[in-house]
Amino acid sequence: MCYPARQAAVDHDADGQVRGGYTLDASLLGIPGILWLAGGLAVYMAWAIGANDVANAMGTSVGSGALTIRRAVVVAAVCEFSGALFVGGHVTDTVRKGMLDMQLVQASPDLLLYGMLGALASAGTLLAIATAYGLPISTTHSIVGAIIGFGSVALGVDAVNWGKVAQIVASWLTSPLLGGVISFMVFNLVRYLILDRDDPMAAAKRTGPYFFFFVTFTIGLVTLFKGLKNLTLDFDLPQALALSLAIGVVGALVGRIFLSRVKSAAAGGEARYVGVERVFVVLQIMTACAVAFAHGSNDVANSIGPLAAVTAVVREADLTKKAPVELWMLGLGGIGIVFGLATWGYRVMETVGKKITELTPSRGFSAELAAALTIVLASRFGIPVSTTHILVGSVLGVGLARGIGALDLRVVGRILISWVATLPIAATLSVFFFYFFKGLLS
Amino acid sequence: MSLMGNLFGRSPIRPMQEHMHAAVACAKQVLPLFEEMVAGDTAAVAVRRQQIDRLEHEADRIKNEIRSHLPKRMFLAVERRDMLEILDNQDSIADVAQDIAELADIRGMVVPEPLAESFLDLVRRVVTACEQAERVIDELENLVETGFRGREVARVDQMIDELCRIESETDDLEERVQRQLFAIEDELGIAAMFWYRLVDDVGEMADYAERVGNRLRLLTAS
Repeated sequence: MCYPARQAAVDHDADGQVRGGYTLDASLLGIPGILWLAGGLAVYMAWAIGANDVANAMGTSVGSGALTIRRAVVVAAVCEFSGALFVGGHVTDTVRKGMLDMQLVQASPDLLLYGMLGALASAGTLLAIATAYGLPISTTHSIVGAIIGFGSVALGVDAVNWGKVAQIVASWLTSPLLGGVISFMVFNLVRYLILDRDDPMAAAKRTGPYFFFFVTFTIGLVTLFKGLKNLTLDFDLPQALALSLAIGVVGALVGRIFLSRVKSAAAGGEARYVGVERVFVVLQIMTACAVAFAHGSNDVANSIGPLAAVTAVVREADLTKKAPVELWMLGLGGIGIVFGLATWGYRVMETVGKKITELTPSRGFSAELAAALTIVLASRFGIPVSTTHILVGSVLGVGLARGIGALDLRVVGRILISWVATLPIAATLSVFFFYFFKGLLS
Repeated sequence: MSLMGNLFGRSPIRPMQEHMHAAVACAKQVLPLFEEMVAGDTAAVAVRRQQIDRLEHEADRIKNEIRSHLPKRMFLAVERRDMLEILDNQDSIADVAQDIAELADIRGMVVPEPLAESFLDLVRRVVTACEQAERVIDELENLVETGFRGREVARVDQMIDELCRIESETDDLEERVQRQLFAIEDELGIAAMFWYRLVDDVGEMADYAERVGNRLRLLTAS
């Protein structure tokens, strides 16, 4: 592979206007230095995402003792990585070029390059600071805010595709709501099908495989139907349906094996619901995997989107054209996330796991099932959503169904504040980094 | 990063149950207290009173802890106001038990022979009512688990019905003691006044136990 390195000089474009080229023309292994820089920043960002968010998916399973931390890391790594690789491309496209008017950007691609580097640096820095102070911020919100920031300063307010931005921001309201509504319904379904039966534990074992089927089938369908363009596999609906059905059946069978291993509870009034929860521990591991998969599919774009944009500029590609997101980028992002969860996520998971014990497996299952569905659907439609906020919405949904002893509404308020605050802070930071990279490279 | 962890407040359900255990432990002490009063063992009554005091303090401690961990910002499976009202009723059981022990100790009361049997019957039934209320509160956990719906609610409803039945029995037993008391009022002199108060107090423990149950029923009905 050899990338054409742009010369460090003053170019004249079609209008005869002068624009600066970048000077980082050193290359390594045939890959231009600028890509090394962008790749490094992208991995750094992905690392921060992995460190931050993995506890959301796996914390409950660790807290309930269903998984040891070591196992949780391995399971999360596999699920996050496959989510990133298989479904990550759709959202990456949106982050790469959906938010800026590429017709305008085409005239000055270098500015896009500095901006995207700046976006990665600012979102990464913001995440690092927030993590150090234990503040809840969304990785998605920070990258979207950063792109809006440099876009409106460097390229002009008109260059920002405000319609698309409005659509994304609206989804930040609707997606946690959707998660909440689904989890409310799932919990009521669980109550009707399992908890309110004569022998709830037997009911849970009987119903469990159907839940396994439903989740694996849905994720399979979302992934397969016109989804695997990265792998140059393009299934039409009947093919995708047939394959997903097969995947669902396999999922149900695997689920049955694990469920049958759960020992029956001793008969007795006190332990009436202890046995059911033991069954839900198994179901919850499944939904935790689904959340990890969904998280990988949505959040990998936050680091890979800007990298894809930089790559397109370096190759002097037509920025307005649709270009498939390349597998090596998604792989890089996936590796970054896995690296993050293996190094720092480990510790975060331990802390969260200890705190989250109030969320019993049946509740965790309901919330995670709803969150995974919402996130994976958003990913499939290329909408960058905040996985953390959707999960919180889903937990609140179970709470509204009177399923959780006590929820701290102040934390919900803090989330709303962070929600609003992240955008302008990320935007300001990215403007700073934009000028930094512009000064450094041009 | 600890956002998900902080979202979950400490559920007040277990502490509520602990408080009820402490309150009912006070109530249970009232039976040996009366046995000692029947035997006329005032020294033992004094020791018993100290024990009830200790248990009542424990209940108070738990009560205050629950209150301080139920700030308004908490969204609870059981509404905050209802929870606090149940807590108050639970606490009253312990308070009244303490009042009984205090009066018995200070006045060195010895149960008059004709009253002994029906008094002990009354106390036994009152303690049974308190224990039934304790069982009801022990079901709170299962109620939250099932989200206050369906079979579990029906089960708890039956338990509360039983509680009400026991309480109305204590009313009858209370009246029997009062009638017997009236018959020997002249012999007792001014002490009669305090015996009436003691009977009232004992009956009151069952009233509070019933109120715990009825308050919970309102919760599950909504």
